[in-house]
Amino acid sequence: MKVSDLVSTGEFQLITEIDADPSIKGCYIGDLLSWVMAHLEESQSWVTIQSHVNVVAVAVLNEASCVILAEGSQLDEDAKAKAEEENLPVLSSRLSAYEIAVLINRMLMKND
Amino acid sequence: MSTVNLEYKVAKEDFSKAGEASSAIKKTLKKLGVNSKIIRRVAIVTYEAEMNIVIHSFGGKIYVEIDTEKIKIIARDTGPGIPDTEKALEVGYSTATHQVRELGFGAGMGLPNIQRCSDEFSIESIVEDYTQVESTIYIQ
Ligand SMILES: Nc1ncnc2c1ncn2[C@@H]1O[C@H](COP(=O)(O)OP(=O)(O)O)[C@@H](O)[C@H]1O
Ligand SMILES: [Mg+2]
Repeated sequence: MKVSDLVSTGEFQLITEIDADPSIKGCYIGDLLSWVMAHLEESQSWVTIQSHVNVVAVAVLNEASCVILAEGSQLDEDAKAKAEEENLPVLSSRLSAYEIAVLINRMLMKND
Repeated sequence: MSTVNLEYKVAKEDFSKAGEASSAIKKTLKKLGVNSKIIRRVAIVTYEAEMNIVIHSFGGKIYVEIDTEKIKIIARDTGPGIPDTEKALEVGYSTATHQVRELGFGAGMGLPNIQRCSDEFSIESIVEDYTQVESTIYIQ
């Protein structure tokens, strides 16, 4: 499953303008950055309500496939610029973190 | 591979640049072909050390020494120091402000994360002088 497959569901808006379309291998939910640093794994999507520039650093350091801002959280302007510089897709959604995780899981199961 | 030495300046309260030293270190290790599990541990150590300098200190530097056997990370700042380093190492202990916590920092997991990822670890601090965190990660 790719980031573009998520966008095709209509539940997500791609905020960053980049040309990468990485694969998504799973999902991690968290807003405490030290916890995320310790547990977010490579190629996972990271669901959070944090929307500042340091989120990009954490996502890139952990090689996340994308960041998904839940509950309509909006990305800061400087964070958007940084994400585009790093080629990191950032999406936003009205859905809750739980609903996003369920949706991703359902899509991953279908792909197997 | 001969010894590689890296040095990065980290400014206090500069959240917009926070994480840049860690990202640069990670990129260098990748170029050097270091194993990805080792790189992950180094990334956690450098990120947490960098954020501690940004959030809790007056500013400082991160030094990285890479040789064939190990990667040594030294984070040193110019104060204000830590009165009780034992307490600072406890999981969940944090003096971060409410504002900083709202951004997701201040979980009190930084130093414990550094310790967990290190093969050798030490912290040294003198109040009104400096804090120095040293972490060594073996490559083999
Ligand atoms: N470089 C530093 N200078 C001064 N105090 C520090 C420094 N690093 C850590 N501390 C102190 O140790 C506490 C615990 O650090 P840490 O485990 O990284 O948690 P957090 O950064 O989430 O508060 C901090 O809240 C702070 O009081
Ligand atoms: Mg910390």
